Amino acid sequence: MDAFVSTYVWPAIIMVAQSLLLLVALLLFIAYILLADRKIWAAVQLRRGPNVVGPWGLFQSFADLLKFVFKEPVIPAGANKAIFLLAPLVSVTLALAAWAVIPLNAGWVIANINVGILFVFAISSLEVYGIIMGGWASNSKYPFLGALRSAAQMVSYEVSIGFVIVTVLLCVGSLNLTDIVNAQSTGIGTNLGLPASFLDWHWLALFPMFIVFFISALAETNRPPFDLPEAESELVAGFMVEYGSTPYMMFMLGEYAAICLMCALTTILFLGGWLPPVDVWFLNWVPGIIWFVLKASFVFFMFAMVKAFVPRYRYDQLMRLGWKVFLPISLAMVVITAFVLKLTGAA
Amino acid sequence: MGLQVLFFYLFAFIAVASAFMVIAARNPVYSVLFLILTFFNSAGLFLLTGAEFLAMILLVVYVGAVAVLFLFVVMMLDIDFAELRAGVLEYAPVGALIGLILAAELIIVVGGATFSPEIAKAVSMPIPAVTERTNTAALGDVLYTHYVYFFQIAGLVLLVAMIGAIVLTLRHRENIKRQNIPQQVARTPETAVEVVTVKPGQGI
Repeated sequence: MDAFVSTYVWPAIIMVAQSLLLLVALLLFIAYILLADRKIWAAVQLRRGPNVVGPWGLFQSFADLLKFVFKEPVIPAGANKAIFLLAPLVSVTLALAAWAVIPLNAGWVIANINVGILFVFAISSLEVYGIIMGGWASNSKYPFLGALRSAAQMVSYEVSIGFVIVTVLLCVGSLNLTDIVNAQSTGIGTNLGLPASFLDWHWLALFPMFIVFFISALAETNRPPFDLPEAESELVAGFMVEYGSTPYMMFMLGEYAAICLMCALTTILFLGGWLPPVDVWFLNWVPGIIWFVLKASFVFFMFAMVKAFVPRYRYDQLMRLGWKVFLPISLAMVVITAFVLKLTGAA
Repeated sequence: MGLQVLFFYLFAFIAVASAFMVIAARNPVYSVLFLILTFFNSAGLFLLTGAEFLAMILLVVYVGAVAVLFLFVVMMLDIDFAELRAGVLEYAPVGALIGLILAAELIIVVGGATFSPEIAKAVSMPIPAVTERTNTAALGDVLYTHYVYFFQIAGLVLLVAMIGAIVLTLRHRENIKRQNIPQQVARTPETAVEVVTVKPGQGI
């Protein structure tokens, strides 16, 4: 009995507690990311943004949450009820599930699996199902068009994301996310004889891939300027037209959880995860989690600025960018990176 | 060990049940969704045997790409399934034959290794223990060193198939406006704008 408790019960309790802690922290982070998105957008347009609920509008997201939850969910008569309700659940569950393998600090990871990056990639390629199922189950024209667009868009940009990840993996030699971060403690800077700094991270060594990954991440999460599945000028709200109240909120939550995931992934792959930017004692003293959150927030700030600056792409140009520009560039970079690593004897 | 057995039966039961639902469901979209559930549970079974790389690749390739395209096609096509089911008895013998052949092959492969363990020992590339070599690296060792030519030929066959599919379906329509992006980018004010000084009262 003691053996059973020590092998199964305690680890299960610890894992559940860790997951709950991560989930609560993540949801709080998403609440403020949502607010930051609106505030940054407003600031670019010289507006104030939400500023009524709480000091400087800080409680706006929680007010929105209450509003969504207390509204009546409306299910259209012609909709396929089961799939209509399953779609937002799938969307939010998948987006949160990928966080199980994201290391937030050295050793701060719920499941430190060998194929961590593949797990995240698999989950992010599954996120399209929430959108397709929602669009189809609504049984209406705009949602269906939005679902078709998003399916084609996400499948296209996954290809280039996959190749970008391959270049990073070539440099690291492991699929484990913790190893990917640790590999960035040495790099271009240390090879030139400098102390460990932000010059070692992959963003410099793989600069074109960093840009390709950032833009593909925008497309993969349906962020502007690639928000064609929900383009309000043509499709009203795309796959979310028929949704309201809690199911709609879950779609939004899933979308922002996926955005946070992409920010975290950019941080891990290219910005050195929890490593401090310069190897100085007072920067090393700052906990790694702070650096991680700061870097992820910086990436999100870039996401928000792109939303405010760039007009929406036309659909054929979106496809052209994915297949005719990013795919050849990333494919060429895989070959070049492999050659460079082979010739310099790094691999 | 008990937990692993429990999970094996859980995954196996759901996989078989949802595979049955794939052919039993009336709505083709439900069929594809049950197919996805089957893939998920097969990935779970792979994980239980320690084949983590195969499990993730199954999710990425089959669930993330192939099943999306299935769903795409099934949703786009307006298929009358009552009509399709009309001839089910006519095709049943052929289907049963194919099923029988597949089952026999599976039994030969799996049964051969189980009932005569010396066959498993004769394998030229034994599976390394998970603790000393992660199975991503082990697969890479086999594919890119011992079988690199076959692997490349398989890739080439797929490339030819892809080009063939594109050639078969590509039609270049005449008389439509096409965007030439390099040309647009290369435009300068000299080639794009003509400045005309118009005399008053005369027009151009």
